[in-house]
Parts: sequence; C-alpha cells; structure tokens
Amino acid sequence: MELFGLYNYWVFAIILMTGFYAVIAKGNLIKKLIGLSIFQSAVFLLYISMDKVDGGTAPIIQKGVIDQVYSNPLPQVLILTAIVVGISTTALGLAIVVRIKESYGTIEEHEIQELERNS
Amino acid sequence: MSLTPHLPVLQVVTPMLTAPLVVLLHVRGLPWAAATASSLFAFAIAVGLTQSVLDHGSIIYLLGSWPAPYGIELRITAFSALVLLIVTGASSLTLLAGRCSIDAEIDHERQPLFYAAWLLGLAGLTGIVVAGDAFNIFVFMEIASLASYVLIAAGPNRRALPAVFNYLIFGTIGATFYLIGVGLIYMLTGTLNLADMEARIHQVGELRPILVAAGFITLGLALKAAVFPLHAWLPMSYTYAPHIVTAFLAACSTKVALYVLLRFDFLVFQQNLLAHDIQFALFLMPLAVMAILIASGVALFERNLKRMLAYSSIAQVGYILLGASLVSVLGLTAGILHMFNHALAKGTLFLAVAALAMRFSGLRLEDFSGAGRQMPWTMGAFVLGGLSLIGVPGTAGFVSKWLLILAALDQGVLGIALIATVLISSLMAVVYIWRIVEVAYFGGATGDACRRVAEAPTWMLMVLWAAALANVVFGINPSLPMMLARQAASTLLQHSP
Repeated sequence: MELFGLYNYWVFAIILMTGFYAVIAKGNLIKKLIGLSIFQSAVFLLYISMDKVDGGTAPIIQKGVIDQVYSNPLPQVLILTAIVVGISTTALGLAIVVRIKESYGTIEEHEIQELERNS
Repeated sequence: MSLTPHLPVLQVVTPMLTAPLVVLLHVRGLPWAAATASSLFAFAIAVGLTQSVLDHGSIIYLLGSWPAPYGIELRITAFSALVLLIVTGASSLTLLAGRCSIDAEIDHERQPLFYAAWLLGLAGLTGIVVAGDAFNIFVFMEIASLASYVLIAAGPNRRALPAVFNYLIFGTIGATFYLIGVGLIYMLTGTLNLADMEARIHQVGELRPILVAAGFITLGLALKAAVFPLHAWLPMSYTYAPHIVTAFLAACSTKVALYVLLRFDFLVFQQNLLAHDIQFALFLMPLAVMAILIASGVALFERNLKRMLAYSSIAQVGYILLGASLVSVLGLTAGILHMFNHALAKGTLFLAVAALAMRFSGLRLEDFSGAGRQMPWTMGAFVLGGLSLIGVPGTAGFVSKWLLILAALDQGVLGIALIATVLISSLMAVVYIWRIVEVAYFGGATGDACRRVAEAPTWMLMVLWAAALANVVFGINPSLPMMLARQAASTLLQHSP
C-alpha cells in the first residue's frame, strides 16, 4: 500500500513533530534543547531516506566491478555537515544554559521570568 | 598574479581566516585593531565588487574552477553587491566607533574571543550573500547565527542569557525549516545550485512538494528575518546585547535573511509555481502591514530606548516586505533601497545609543533626561538618524518611503490603504522619536544627569557623525544605492510575466 510505502517519511514527520512539541511545551531549558536535537535529527532522516536507491550499495568504486548501482552520496555528505551544525548549536545552547544556571540559579523558564519580574 | 578575479571568495575568506588569528592576540588593543583592519579590508573588497558589477554585470566565480552545478558557485549580482556594502559597511563603522564601548562592557581577557566571534559573524553574513547554492547558504546562515548568539550573550547584563536562549531556539527552528525545504527541492530536481534549480523545476511533473518547500523556506527565513508575527526573539536580544553588537546586528542581520527570502521566492519559485506571485503577496502583505502598524504602536509606549528602536526595526522589516509584496519593479526597488536606508538610519541611531550609554548608566527615558544639553553632538547625530527613520525629505529614509508610496499608487484602491499605512506609521515614528528628543532636550536633569556629564569620546563621535552625515548624503544623492536596487529588482522580476 502506498501509504506505508512512504514509511520513512511518516517517521520523519512524527519525529519532527515530537521534537517541536518538546521545544514548545517544556519549560525546562535542557528539555527544550533535547527537543531541538530531536527536531533536527528528523531532518537527517529525511535526507538519508532520499538518497537510498533500490538495490544500491555504498558509493565506493572498486576495481573490476562495473554496472553496480550506488546510493547517492551527496545527501550523506550534506547531512554530515548538518549534523556538525546541529552539534555546535546544541553545545552553544548548553553553554548558555550553564551560564543561566550560574546567574539565575534555575533552569526553569517560568522561575526565570518570575525573577525578572521581581528584580 | 592579480587578486581581482578572486575577490568574491576573498570577501568571505578574509574575515574567516583573521578570526582564529585574533584569538591569539593578547596585547591590549591588538584584537580590536586586527578585527577592524580585516573588516575594513572586507569593505574595500565589497566596494571593488560593486564597481565591477556596475561596469561588467554579474560576476560568477567557480570555486576550484569546477564547473557549476557540480562545483560550488559564487554569484555576485547587483543585489548581492548592495547587501555586501551594507554588511561590511555596518561592521566597519561599528567596529571603528566601538572600541571604548566594547572596552567598557567586555573583560579584556575575553576580548580576543569576542572579536573572533564578530569576524566569524561577518564571514557568515557575507558568505550567505555571495553563495550561489542553497546548502552553502544554510551553512553560512548557521555560522552567522551561532556567532551572533555568542556576541549577544557577551555583555554584562544577565538578561541577555534567556533572550539569547530564545533566539537560539527560534533561529534553529528557522534554519531547520529552511533545510527541510531545500531537501524537498533536492529530492525532485537533484540540484542545490540556485540557478540550476530555477531551470530544472520546469521539468518537474508533480509540483506539490515544491509548493511545500516554498512554504518551509519562506517560513524558515521569515523567522530569521523577524517578520511579524515571528519577531518574538528580536526585541529582547537587541535590548540586552552589548550596545555595539546591537548596532551591528540591527543594521544587517535581518536584511541578509530577507535577501535570501527574496532570492528564493522571486528567482526559484516565482516562474515555476502557478500564481506564486499572488500567493506570495497574499501571505506577506497582511503580515507586512501588521508589522508596520503594530510594531510602531508598541514602540510608542516603550520606555526603554533600545527596545523602542528594536520594535521600530520590526516595523522597518515590514516596509521592506511591503515593497516586495507589491511584486512590481518599483515596489521591489523601494523595498531593496529601504534595506540600505534603514541600515544607515538604524546604524546611526544605535551608535548614538552606544555613545549615550558611555555616560549614562540606564537607557530608560527618565535616565538620560537632559542629555541633549550635556552631550549635544551625540544627540545631534541621534536626531539626524531619527529624521531619516521618520523619512523627512533630504534624508535617506525619505527616498525609499517616497518610492514605496509611488509603487503603492499603481495598485488602485488597495494602494490608497497601503499609503495610509505608511503615513500613519511615519507619524508614529515622529511621535516616538520626539519623545526621546523631548526628554533629552527639554527634560529637567535628574539622577545621573545632575552631575556634569562629558561628551562621548571624540573618535566615537567622529564615526557617529560620519554615519549620520551618510544619511544626508544618500538622501540628497541616492543614485548609487538606487541604481543597484533598480538593477536588483529587474533581475528578480526578469522571468515574471
């Protein structure tokens, strides 16, 4: 059935929305960052799914092997870069959370807002 | 060997390579000097590129001589030249003016890292502008964003931290949406090069994924550009960032996102999606009008100087989008020209704020009452910038607003409503700028102002006045930005029916 033929893309959409929900609904800054990471990894899955060619193998040229079907290597390279970008974003986010904890003493969003209002 | 043919890549490489070197400089003053020199060099390159674009038309540069679409292509058009001038000019002016202000706000031990982040941000912003393919734009966008998070969080005010955390969440969601859109287009066309994409979408049979991609890309970039109602990250980040960082980012960062937005929507989607121009206008025009009216309205009641100007920035993004959403050459010219003019006006205003902050501890209206008498030069430049923001004839802001009104006149009844919006918002700008002028010149001295306050450092004043006078120069003779903006607009619309 075609609906399940697009299995990967369904998973992509579900993971994407799971992450998005966590970002919006959670008040804990670390949980927000976890949500953000899930949100980004959904996109990795999207790219990796699209480069799969039926019957394709890893795109490495070998001597003597001809007529081999290869998967498309370009999206894999792209997503390698995107993973690096994602990691740096998460790292920077965590560093900011550490500094928030140092100066506010909490990482709960509503408590920070309360401290701001009282000061 | 001449370096001239390699200017497009040097534009990005210069600040990017200076950044790690700056980290190593620990002698007081050297990091600033190196960063400023690098930024001025980047500005000189931008001027050279603009000259060459005006003389010979667009420049296409193939990295490593690999032919596009397989290799990476850099492309400088009239539009990119204008945005490059804005970015490198803003960075150079703010760095030149900002040494004392940065010294006052950031520890000496951390300054090398601060300047390195600044240069990486500059490299990212220029990279977005010169890149000719969608994925490089994404990578440079993230470099620029990560650097600006660092810059905003660098100040002494702890409130910058939650603000920057919010910005990071918004910015990453925007970038991820953009990435999804690019992925969908790649899936159907097998290319990332914008020019190639434009040609290949014609051959795609099923256009629905392209439509979805257009949605994702427009939304993602609108988040980065702080298009109303996706602007929530902007006021807080601008308010609590170090003053010089605010001046730099306010002058150019949202404009670069708008630049990518316009390039995608007009070059890639416009002639490939049926009735995309109408969808684009229907979606963005109401947002632009709301941005102009609501953000100006909020600025009216804001008591913190920096936050007031930040809300005014959101309104100005609305003007730029309003011009673009008219989908006519005149409208686009007005919008693109307004990018340049707003960068001038807001850059001047925020530099003046940085100068004020050198002498006054708070930036709420009541804090600097009487400042006009104590710091006449600073407030004079502020008033000039404010006049340009309002759009008084003789200043840069007038030219683009006038063009915008002319473009709206072509739209019949709808145009009248749009003109009314522009006029009302300009009146609101008169009011909120006047509130500052009133406090500064006619307010009694209280608090800080009771003691004698000296004028801001001379060097800072000179740069500030150079920026302020640029508003007048480009208001009286706008031919250079006008020519670039008009060429940019006609390129963006060349394929439209």
